[in-house]
Amino acid sequence: MEICRAGDALQISDLDPFLAELLRQIPISTNPDGAPGAEARLFAQPSAEEEICAEWKSYVEPELRRLFRSASETVADDLEQLNGSKKSLSNCTLHIPIQHADAWLNTLNQARLVIATKYNFSDEELNDHDRSPIGSRRDLGLFQINFYGFLQEFILREISA
Amino acid sequence: MSAVSAGPLEKGSTSTVEAPVREKETRGEEELDLPWQVVVHNDPVNLMTYVTMVFQRVFGYPREKAERHMLEVHQKGRSILWSGVRERAEFYVQQLHGHLLLATLEKID
Repeated sequence: MEICRAGDALQISDLDPFLAELLRQIPISTNPDGAPGAEARLFAQPSAEEEICAEWKSYVEPELRRLFRSASETVADDLEQLNGSKKSLSNCTLHIPIQHADAWLNTLNQARLVIATKYNFSDEELNDHDRSPIGSRRDLGLFQINFYGFLQEFILREISA
Repeated sequence: MSAVSAGPLEKGSTSTVEAPVREKETRGEEELDLPWQVVVHNDPVNLMTYVTMVFQRVFGYPREKAERHMLEVHQKGRSILWSGVRERAEFYVQQLHGHLLLATLEKID
């Protein structure tokens, strides 16, 4: 896999099927269903004061849900480039318009937080960047977090350059 | 902001200047509602570079200041990013939650 800036886009090329699949998994990985802890992490309490939390749930949380969903949909649309083609993925290139960078950062963060909460990774595990994805679904989850973090670092570097 | 005024000089008065009279301080609603702070808590998932970028964007802090706060969050578990009126503090917390940072609004005792 190669990743670089190409004009007004970020470009990920020479994708192998495994990494392409991990990219396709980004939007669905943001879904906190079945993991109450993940839902609680995405929509964390803003205060210890009940009155503030109640107002927040009524007025702010729906806005946050819309924001997160919108970002995830933008990423899903970009990832359509990886679907519906029979050609070899080694020839497939994913172009991410630079104006979608914020949506990607947000969605990758949602995915990383949800996966981390679902598997309840410890700080030590989260700092283990060398674990093989082959072994268990949990190991794959940790690999996803690291891979998505790598993409975030690249996007951050490019938008601040 | 308090104001200071001198009393008027009466004709024939021997006194040069009367003692200044401090007007009663008036405070706007914002000043009365000052004691709130925006606190960001440590989260092992969020990248340090990402957290720094969010602080720069949300608060307009220069990179060095944003990094100092990020390191404080990382090393001490929390950092007070801003303090002031409640409405503004709520706005900042909403922005931080929009970037998926763990942030709370706390009343200063």
